[in-house]
Amino acid sequence: MLRVGFFIVGLTLVAAIIGPHLAAHDASSQELARRLEAPSLAHPFGLDELGRDILARILAGARISLLVGLAVVSVSSTVGMLLGSIAGYFGGRIDDVISRVIDVLMAFPGILLAIALVAVLGPSLTNVVIALSVIGWVGYARLVRGQALRTREFEFVQAARALGAGAPRIILHHVLPTAFPSVVVQATLGMAGAIIAEASLGFLGLGVQPPTPSWGTMLDAGRSHLFTAPHLTIFPGLAIALLVLGFNFLGDGLRDRVDPKMAQ
Amino acid sequence: MLRYLVRRLLLTVPVLLGVATLVFALIHLVPGDPAQAMLGEGATVEEVQRLRGQLGLDEPLLVQYRSFLGGILRGDLGTSFRYGTPVTGEISARLPNTALLAVAAMLAAIVLAIPLGILAAVFRGTAIDHAAMTFALIGISMPNFWLGPLLAILFAVQLGWLPVSGTGTPAHLVLPAITLGAALAAILARMTRASVLEELRELYVLAARARGLSGRRAVLRHAFRNSLIPIVTIIGLQFGAVLTGTIITETIFAWPGIGRLLIQAINFRDYPLIQGCILFISVTYVAMNLLTDLTYGYLDPRIRYE
Repeated sequence: MLRVGFFIVGLTLVAAIIGPHLAAHDASSQELARRLEAPSLAHPFGLDELGRDILARILAGARISLLVGLAVVSVSSTVGMLLGSIAGYFGGRIDDVISRVIDVLMAFPGILLAIALVAVLGPSLTNVVIALSVIGWVGYARLVRGQALRTREFEFVQAARALGAGAPRIILHHVLPTAFPSVVVQATLGMAGAIIAEASLGFLGLGVQPPTPSWGTMLDAGRSHLFTAPHLTIFPGLAIALLVLGFNFLGDGLRDRVDPKMAQ
Repeated sequence: MLRYLVRRLLLTVPVLLGVATLVFALIHLVPGDPAQAMLGEGATVEEVQRLRGQLGLDEPLLVQYRSFLGGILRGDLGTSFRYGTPVTGEISARLPNTALLAVAAMLAAIVLAIPLGILAAVFRGTAIDHAAMTFALIGISMPNFWLGPLLAILFAVQLGWLPVSGTGTPAHLVLPAITLGAALAAILARMTRASVLEELRELYVLAARARGLSGRRAVLRHAFRNSLIPIVTIIGLQFGAVLTGTIITETIFAWPGIGRLLIQAINFRDYPLIQGCILFISVTYVAMNLLTDLTYGYLDPRIRYE
């Protein structure tokens, strides 16, 4: 599972980095006369509603998907680890405040809050990352808070405290390293979640705006041509599903390594 | 049970207050003047001022907040900018459609996934198990905004069996319900398999077999019954995913529900309607989670005394 995940994610990464340079066509060059043309040898995935090469756009869209995923996971995990470890380590009032904020954010199902935020902030790449990070950090904070609650009772932490180590040092050197493997697993699965969420927002017209190629907006455009040009829908969706599957395999595989009990 | 009920209800109050506060804050996050954004660049200063007055935006923030909370308690979520009608009216007009879609999707998922999960567990390691779990894996990995159009291409465009959009007949419900229920079915099938497998290892199943019960009876009467608690919990917890799934599913199939209303409201920058939809969906979600917790507490007494 881990290997298949590595393979899919690795392949997408390579395709995102060098693909657009190797592609025979430019992602934004239009051939209006040949719009909606079906797949052929020259254009293996066909042409879109403006006569642009879908394969080239999928390769360029991979960059956006991975970029949004990486940005969201980096921001969310950093904020989540920080607030989660503070809440779990200090407990008391600070924990109460952070936990209540987490409870409120968890009261919004799925990406509803992200939809709401992009709706008021306006659709753009930056706002998508902001909106997804606002809901994303909560999962990491809960995870790390739980780990911190356990870790602070360990003897090695108490020994460090007795030796005069301050809270920032204990959090940085003892609490966070203990939680790190679980955070890596969560971040890998979080990549899949962020990619799906970005594509969902794009599909609803709330994501990265055209002409920037994004898999979600490509699917949205395909909706108007379901009857005449299904290839507009099939290929971008396939790309999303494959990459999400890759990150899910990778995350599950890593989790089995980190927590062998889960593998059984 | 009563103490657990009261404690759980009291814990919900601050969450609901937080949700309402965040929804209230939404309109103030609009870059620039929300009234100007709603009316567009061509609006005159008077028009913008009038709309600001209607939305209460020229009041002090605290007064706005108090009247927003008061409105919620009275069931008044303001007036839709696009329709000129009360937001609650617009939402309640579409509620039956969304409820129908969500219930149909959950039922479809349950009817398909539970037998599949049981079969996979009973025939563990065989082709049936592999086929069922591959099906589940595909269901989990396929985003609904891709599955929906694919189903439409196959069943509406190629085969012509089902309508591609709208409402009216049971046939209109089939594709949206499958699209919305697929992910839940996949999760449920995996959960049922794991849960039944665990129970099948228990001694009481062996004892039932030893008493002469047939394999099917031992599974259905004993193992499956005991594996129901985690399955019921998953159904409750996944309700949120179904609820947000309606936004995309209703958009794909032009299903006139609250999810589609929200997206239309966003396109028209109808902020009171956006706030109303977000508030309604979140409060429904909180209420469902509460109900799941209470049911779980009722089914498993250990939860109540924690």
